[in-house]
Amino acid sequence: MNEMATVSTPTILGISLALFLIGLLGVMVRRDLLFVLMSLEIMLNAAALAFIAAAAKWRQPDGQVMVLLILVAAAAEVGVGLSLVLRLYHRLDTVDGDEISLMRG
Amino acid sequence: MQLLWLAPALPLLGALVLALTGGLMPRRAAAAVGCASVGLACLTTLGVAAGYLGSHQSAFRQPLFEWISVGRLSISMGLYLDQLSMVMMAVITFVAFLIHLYSAEFMAREADYSRFFCYMNLFVGSMLALVLGDSLLSFYLGWEGVGLCSYLLIGFWYRDRRNGMAAQKAFIVTRIGDTSLAIGLFLLFWRTGTLDIQRVMQVVSAPEMQAIALAAGLLLLGGAVGKSAQIPLHTWLPDAMAGPTPVSALIHAATMVTAGVYLIARTNAIYRAAPAAMLVVAIVGASSALYAALSALAQRDIKRVLAYSTMSQIGYMLLALGVGAWSAAIFHFMTHAFFKALLFLSAGIVVQALDEERDIHRMGGLFRTLPWASWTFLIGAASLSALPLVTAGFYSKDAIIWASWSSSRGSAVLGLAAMAASLLTAIYIFRVFILVFLGKQQREVERRPGVLMKAAVAALSLLSIAGGFVWMPHVLGGFSPLRGLLTLALGPSSETPVRGEAGFLALSAVETLVGIGAAFALFTQAPAWARRVAAMPGFGALRQFLLSGMGFDWLYERVVVQPYVVVARLNREDVVDVLYSTLAFLAWASNRVLSATESGRVRHYATGLLLGAVLVTIVLLLR
Repeated sequence: MNEMATVSTPTILGISLALFLIGLLGVMVRRDLLFVLMSLEIMLNAAALAFIAAAAKWRQPDGQVMVLLILVAAAAEVGVGLSLVLRLYHRLDTVDGDEISLMRG
Repeated sequence: MQLLWLAPALPLLGALVLALTGGLMPRRAAAAVGCASVGLACLTTLGVAAGYLGSHQSAFRQPLFEWISVGRLSISMGLYLDQLSMVMMAVITFVAFLIHLYSAEFMAREADYSRFFCYMNLFVGSMLALVLGDSLLSFYLGWEGVGLCSYLLIGFWYRDRRNGMAAQKAFIVTRIGDTSLAIGLFLLFWRTGTLDIQRVMQVVSAPEMQAIALAAGLLLLGGAVGKSAQIPLHTWLPDAMAGPTPVSALIHAATMVTAGVYLIARTNAIYRAAPAAMLVVAIVGASSALYAALSALAQRDIKRVLAYSTMSQIGYMLLALGVGAWSAAIFHFMTHAFFKALLFLSAGIVVQALDEERDIHRMGGLFRTLPWASWTFLIGAASLSALPLVTAGFYSKDAIIWASWSSSRGSAVLGLAAMAASLLTAIYIFRVFILVFLGKQQREVERRPGVLMKAAVAALSLLSIAGGFVWMPHVLGGFSPLRGLLTLALGPSSETPVRGEAGFLALSAVETLVGIGAAFALFTQAPAWARRVAAMPGFGALRQFLLSGMGFDWLYERVVVQPYVVVARLNREDVVDVLYSTLAFLAWASNRVLSATESGRVRHYATGLLLGAVLVTIVLLLR
């Protein structure tokens, strides 16, 4: 237990922030919808990591509960997201997010 | 007399028939319809006139139909025949009939034969409606019809752009006067509450209506000035020579320009009530007479000389009206119709014979080759310049000059202006005669008049001589049935003394002879002193000044037309609309900006979400 505690909370929060920004950058710049979904997963996991760090710091179970909630939400999101991408691929023969801009103003 | 309605109806019917079926008719049939409708109108007029004079009625009214009936307003159309409209009607139908006969041959080679007769018939019909109408409305209807027909006929050869421009000029310039007339008629209707001309005259003659009479008199004069081509709205008339020659004859002799004279004569009760307006009429008339006679001296185009001459003679008529010589004005209208139609038709023969050559300096020596036209032109010229005793113009013009000189409203200035214009008239018309018919022949004659054209000018020649014997001055017996007749309709003219008339007659006779003599001396002999004067510096400029009609066109071009064009150009996009179009532009531009953000790309939206979140965070932190 003590060995684990050697990693300080700010470090974990820094990693979490870095992961979140990597995911955000991926959402903003990647054109392939599969990668966009993966980036979203990274962002969700970054948030989950921050919750774990907070739960460990204050020794409260709420953070662990939130992680479970996030895992469920992420699984549902991937299920819906992948099926949408699959439908788009069947329909438009592409998974390039920039190509799929039928609702352009 | 019950057939009176046929007089305006027949030419209008003829126009209708020609307009609907003219294209299908053979040319002879079109000419026959055109001439017959006016000829029958002329016969009708003779019959009606005989019946009317025999019945000794003061005036004959013929209600025709109710035009508009709304609530308390009811406008009916009717005809009104008195001595004035009878004389006008007789002259109009007869002269117009002769001109129609002449045109049947003159226009024989034209493509749009039936269109020509259609317009001519409409012209005559409108003029008769104007003269015979019993209400201000039917009068105005005829007035506008006449304006329309003059536009159509001046621009008859519409394929040449200049003719179209001349037609538009005539229409627009007279429109200025028409607007003034319309305002005057509104004023009269507003103050008197009736459209019937006779009732209006009665109401306006009342003493308390003096201010209205003055205003209405001046406004009606504005209309007359436009239609009758007097200063300052005269510039359309010389350009109106772009139309075929019979049209010029019709416009100048029987229809159109005399409408203004008829208007003032018909509404003379207004002018009696407003002496100031009468003075303005006299001044406009006298200055136009003098101005046009001066301008005619320098013209090179034979038809333009005659155009300025018409302006000058109408000026005489207005002068007569202005000094209260109502009957003399109508008398001069009658003789002028005869000799001016004669001059135009003779000029038409000359112009056609020389293959559309109109410059009098390139004519000459036609007396031998075109004797018929030469003699008729000579008779017309003599009548125009008032050759003593034997011509109609002498009697009518001298009645006017004598009235402007000696009557109670006349004055020495008006009399002198009239006499000076008379002298100039003799000089300019004989200048044309000498240059065209005497001297060396310069061009071959290509076409000679046929029997119809000869007959028309012969009849007019006869009238140009004999038309004056219905109004003799006192010294020559005083036999003047026409004066008595017109006085019944127009009321008494201003008194002219009997004493001194003989001497005056002799004086003006001498004046005319001097004018004719001067023309012969100047233009056949060309004495040395005359050549020296012509070579003097400034003479060329003076001639150019007179040739351009004393620069009125130049002045109007700069004062009216060009500023108008500038304003029109500025207002091309409609200044008032700028406000609304700016609003529309703003909406459009913001729409463009906002719709550009709707790229349809998911990652752009995600970026937008991020930026929004950052913004909210910053705001929360800074709070």
